[in-house]
Amino acid sequence: MGAELRNYDQELFWYQRRLSLAAVVVVLCFVTLLGRFVYLQVVQHKHFATLAEANRIDIQPEAPNRGIITDRNGVVLASNYSAYTLELNPQKIPDLDAAIDEVAKIVEISSRDRRRFKRLLEEFRTNDSLPLKSRLTDEEVARVAANRYRLPGVEIKARLFRQYPFGEVASHVVGYIGRISQGEKERIETQGLTANYKGSDYIGKVGIELSYERELHGTAGATEVEVDASRRVIRTLSRKPSVTGNNLQLSLDIRLQKIAEEAFGTKRGALVAIDPTTGDVLAFVSKPGYDPNLFVDGIDPQNWDLLNTSIDKPLLNRPLRGAYPPGSTYKPFMALMAQELGVRTAQQTISDPGFFRLGGGYWRDDKAGGHGAVDLVKSIIVSCDTYYYQVAAETDIDEWATFMRQFGFGQKTGIDIDGELTGILPDRAWKAKYRPKDPKLHVGDQVSLGIGQGFNTFTPLQMAYATSVLANRGVAFKPHLVKSVQDARTSEYRLTQPSPAYTVPLKSAHIDAVLKGMAGVVTGGTGRTAFLKAKYASGGKTGTAQVFGLRGGDYVASQVAERLRDHAWYIALAPLDKPTIALVAFVENGGFGAEAAAPIAKKVMDAYFDSTLLDAAIKKPIVGSEAIAAASVAAEVRRAR
Amino acid sequence: MIQQVWAKLTDHLDPFLFAMVTTIAALGLLVLYSATNETLGRVTSQSQKVIVAVAIMIFIANLSPQFIARFAVPLYVIGIVLLIGVALGGEIVKGARRWLKIPGFGNIQPSEIMKIALPLILAWYFERHEGAMNWRNFAVAAILVVIPFGLVVRQPDLGTALLIGACGFYVLYLAGLDWRVIVGAAVIGACLVTAMWHFEVGIHDYQKERVMTFLNPEADGQDAGWHTTQAAIAIGSGGLLGKGWLNGTQTHLEFLPEKHTDFIFAVYGEEFGLLGGVVLVVLYLLFIGRCFVIAANASTLFGRLMAGSMSLMFFTYAFVNMGMVTGILPVVGVPLPFMSFGGTALMTLFIAVGILMSVTTHRKLVNS
Repeated sequence: MGAELRNYDQELFWYQRRLSLAAVVVVLCFVTLLGRFVYLQVVQHKHFATLAEANRIDIQPEAPNRGIITDRNGVVLASNYSAYTLELNPQKIPDLDAAIDEVAKIVEISSRDRRRFKRLLEEFRTNDSLPLKSRLTDEEVARVAANRYRLPGVEIKARLFRQYPFGEVASHVVGYIGRISQGEKERIETQGLTANYKGSDYIGKVGIELSYERELHGTAGATEVEVDASRRVIRTLSRKPSVTGNNLQLSLDIRLQKIAEEAFGTKRGALVAIDPTTGDVLAFVSKPGYDPNLFVDGIDPQNWDLLNTSIDKPLLNRPLRGAYPPGSTYKPFMALMAQELGVRTAQQTISDPGFFRLGGGYWRDDKAGGHGAVDLVKSIIVSCDTYYYQVAAETDIDEWATFMRQFGFGQKTGIDIDGELTGILPDRAWKAKYRPKDPKLHVGDQVSLGIGQGFNTFTPLQMAYATSVLANRGVAFKPHLVKSVQDARTSEYRLTQPSPAYTVPLKSAHIDAVLKGMAGVVTGGTGRTAFLKAKYASGGKTGTAQVFGLRGGDYVASQVAERLRDHAWYIALAPLDKPTIALVAFVENGGFGAEAAAPIAKKVMDAYFDSTLLDAAIKKPIVGSEAIAAASVAAEVRRAR
Repeated sequence: MIQQVWAKLTDHLDPFLFAMVTTIAALGLLVLYSATNETLGRVTSQSQKVIVAVAIMIFIANLSPQFIARFAVPLYVIGIVLLIGVALGGEIVKGARRWLKIPGFGNIQPSEIMKIALPLILAWYFERHEGAMNWRNFAVAAILVVIPFGLVVRQPDLGTALLIGACGFYVLYLAGLDWRVIVGAAVIGACLVTAMWHFEVGIHDYQKERVMTFLNPEADGQDAGWHTTQAAIAIGSGGLLGKGWLNGTQTHLEFLPEKHTDFIFAVYGEEFGLLGGVVLVVLYLLFIGRCFVIAANASTLFGRLMAGSMSLMFFTYAFVNMGMVTGILPVVGVPLPFMSFGGTALMTLFIAVGILMSVTTHRKLVNS
């Protein structure tokens, strides 16, 4: 009994000891817990508060509407329209082909759509949805919507599309936009524009769309929304609306442009018309062109191959990136140079035997037997080679190049689209650098250059620019395609080219002599046939750029493969007394300038001086203000959805 | 007459315990309203459950500990039979057999019965050997613990099994289990778990995943770590004073999973902040402290062991739940006592409170 009592007491004692120990543990554990609270809610509070906000708030970018491009008269060349697209999200669809087949049962999916989608898929590995079919009809939208439950990852989206109502016309000027590529994304990042491109799918790829991307794109807006865990929008917290891109007014007259393009027919070539008193580019033709609308929502591989591999190179911007020897169109500039450098006076006469001999060299004139007595004016009118062989042989090449550089030869004109070629204006340094096997520039080289053959190559744009500087009597305006930028916020127009770039110091009498010669070309020279019935006084000069060697026997153009025929040039300015248009027409493998290029130049100038011809060129144009209104309606629709 | 009824209701009520549990339960309903996005459905149903549970608590409190002890063996046997029933033909929910469908009785979770039945039979058993306890008694007790523990582990429901095991262990500990045995068992257990982990026997992937998630929740922020990560964000963003009742963004924008059940503390922490957390911990401490006082002053060994193990069970629930929600313990399915939505655990807890009240109020009667 006593032992038992002791046991009882002992057990009670142990029990209470252990209970106390447990109580201590309980308190310690709760203190630990409180410590954890303090750590989370005081020490780390800022961190977690930020995370909670990040959870809750989603920034939804709002892509701005792209600015509209119009011609100088407000005719719309690029605008936006809202349309529904059927898009697939590759991340949410394990078997894309099966999904496309499934979709194809509901709306018609052409094989072109399929190919284009495949191409997009390869090109853009994104988390976003990619368009399968664009421009859905209301009925198609309804049908897809009704079947949505069994088409996970298939989405209908309202998007703004770029539209080029004139299609091929002026395609090389306006260019096109396309989906932002990986490379462009990186470029946007390095330029620090990432925020502004959030939500934007498209970017300018070539032409004005590319070079004026900053103006056209606009400023992205953003909507701050509160979302739940499944990213569903609960409410809008704040909204910063996007600002539409600035509108561009081109210096181009689309009527003139269209007439010029039609004048080429199926011929390949280039035409640039500039208002020499402002630098406004009135027409800028590269033939053949392409339909920029094909590129807007991703070009399909078939069309891409067609454009890319065509022997006609429709994607080549010829005025900008085609460099050719100027041929005889160089002669007026040579004539001006000869006077300015004191090599010739206008009155000096030479006797042309039909050839030129220097050292061991022999150069023939294009007229057998020669032109007889030739002065400066006549040399231009009849395009006398011998006259210029002599001038070339007597001129220092470096002085020559320095003079020509003032007219923009062999230099970028600085026109406001990207990709311009420099061309070649040879001097001693050039030859030494680029012809190391024969680094000396021989007098023989010079003789060829005197008639615009040989090493020198200029772009049609450079030729047009040089002509415009000549036409404006040395006062140079940088050529520009965009006349003014309309600020989207203020609606104010801002001129891109307010004043002349520089003035070439020229003697007025020298210019007059050259212009007299150019006038003679039209009235009684190589341009006579083409300009027989012109109602205005113009000056011009034909040219033929040789595709292969000048020396060697006669050749008959028709017997040479068409692609090896000479290129035809024609430069022109009008009206003679105070020119308001300076242009160059260039026909690739066109043969003689007088036959191939001059008639095209005439058609354009005829129209330029006759508004009824201009107006007949296009039907009812879409005028800028209407398109802007339409675009803003489209934007409203998009916002409302 | 009314006075008699009132006396019957209140005679065996411990006012302090009652005040504490009702305060915590009321706080729970408040948070539940926020956690269920300001709808009354679950709040109403939980309130009804609280009322029923309180009624059962009062009923139990009125029974004497001696009377309660009579149920030790039958309750334990029934519990074991039901657990075997679950193993043979239980409802499979989320890959585990935890529920048993009894016709006309609805779904019950037998493991829940064990949380009371196991301490009960152990306390009963030890009282029978009071004053002459030796290692054999502890061996028998250990077997009584291992049987239900093993059955629940097999369901699999490691969290509940550990709670049941803990409840059993608390009784053994308070009954005076040798320290050497406790330390020895702990060492062997640790080795066993390590070995199981290493050789991947007897351990489920989800259990392993939970532990891994616990060790590094951000590594799997979207899936398994989601609970822990989002709970930490909720609590941490609450700050000192919280975002205010009904203003928790993590709660109301559905970032918190299980926010009305096991993770209700995250809602509380987000909306009431550190201040709220301290208040709740103090409430639990006062409640558990009172339970300890009852345990210390109990007049019989049965009463002491029951009261002591129940006190520690409350602590375990509260600490494990808040610990897992705040990320200092791995995620196991343990509700926050008196606050989490759900009737089963609530019943168990109030029954335990009833037992504690029985122990303390009947002692007074004996003394007087």
